[in-house]
Amino acid sequence: MNRWRAQGWLMLASLVLAFLLQLLPLPVAMLPFKPWWIGLVLVYWTIEVPERAGLGLAFAFGLAGDIVTGELLGEQALRLVVLAFIVLRFRARLRFFPIWQQTLAVFALLLNDRVVTLMVRGFAGEPMPPATFWMSPLTGMLAWPFVYLLFDDVRTRLRAKD
Amino acid sequence: MRTDTATLFAEGSASTLRLIVYLAIAVALMVLDHRGGWLQSLRRHVGQTLVEPAWRVAALPSEVARAARMAVVTQDSLASENRLLREQLLLAQTRLNRLDVLVAQNERLKELLDAQQDLGLSVQFARIVDVDLDPFRHRIVLDVGSNQGVAIGQPVIDAHGVMGQVVEVLADSAIVMLVTDPTHAVPVVVERTGLRTVAYGSGAIDRLELPNIPISADVAVGDRLMTSGLGGRFPAGFPLGEILSVNNSEDGMFAAAVARPAAALDRSGEVLLLGDQPQPYGPPSPEPAGPPVPETRKPGA
Repeated sequence: MNRWRAQGWLMLASLVLAFLLQLLPLPVAMLPFKPWWIGLVLVYWTIEVPERAGLGLAFAFGLAGDIVTGELLGEQALRLVVLAFIVLRFRARLRFFPIWQQTLAVFALLLNDRVVTLMVRGFAGEPMPPATFWMSPLTGMLAWPFVYLLFDDVRTRLRAKD
Repeated sequence: MRTDTATLFAEGSASTLRLIVYLAIAVALMVLDHRGGWLQSLRRHVGQTLVEPAWRVAALPSEVARAARMAVVTQDSLASENRLLREQLLLAQTRLNRLDVLVAQNERLKELLDAQQDLGLSVQFARIVDVDLDPFRHRIVLDVGSNQGVAIGQPVIDAHGVMGQVVEVLADSAIVMLVTDPTHAVPVVVERTGLRTVAYGSGAIDRLELPNIPISADVAVGDRLMTSGLGGRFPAGFPLGEILSVNNSEDGMFAAAVARPAAALDRSGEVLLLGDQPQPYGPPSPEPAGPPVPETRKPGA
């Protein structure tokens, strides 16, 4: 039970950290390359502990993300719900992919998320974003192995402590 | 393993129904927010307690980096920077004191330079050293003379227009008759209509007279006068003045206009002497030889 709770705290801390990273001020030139940390962290938890991280969590954190960083209430919620749904559907496979394959899968997920974003923005009547709009999935993909290994390591240590 | 309903956010399987419900909620929220600006008001209410601290915390790393950079600056470098800044301040203050004078001078010189460049003519820069504004004699004295290559008849201009012409040359100074001198006349053309006439000096520094304009001619207040180039003394196309008023002349034969000189006759400190003109204006000078003798009509042939 202690481990269960520790994992809950870790989850919360990781998502808060993701929020902070998302908000981290960067030079303007680097802004388009900022990975979607919230999405990455949520993908991790959805793959690893789907019994805790489901569509509801995705929705809740999406709303929180919208309040903190977003432009349109519900936009990130929708994106995260779509993301979580796809991950849950393919979880069985994703989980046992080698890391490079997993990375490519994450890239596809993030690319899909960009398309969803584009659709939402399009319905809101916003113009086409510049080409740098598509850079974020690339950096997200590059960040994925580190996110994955970091959290795996932290969780292993937690488990070892018990 | 827990059951699906163990926690609020738990979800054992990715049920499509749930997905649809969540998506519908999200879409509804987006539509409402797009219409009503919910997010802004929500952020305003929640922002006091939650969002603003989050932004602060997120900005912390860059703040820390900046603070660290400030902290590692050594005393020595601060002192030397301080000394440097103080020297610069002193220098800046001395410069500042001269700035007003320089600004005015710069303005004048720049205008002259512009005039010179626009002209594409060879010009000579000169300073006014003396002014003689008798009602019957409008003369200025320049600080250049025959030693500097000045010759009688050279037009004198400033940044705004024609000032006059050189009438007397000494070794190191030259005397210029202004266009407002009562004995001076300039062939001019009205810029708007192309009407040719002559502008005479009036004896007043701020006006020129155009006493013989045909009554039927189209001359209006505000028309600009340019030198026409006729007579060969002044090159064509220099602004001379602007019509102030148009009346009938005393004998009723002509319209008489009064114009204001374009050049700052009473204010200029620096002037330009026009040198060789790129092309000869006016009729060629008459042959110095005697009357030609036709071959075919020799007496007694």
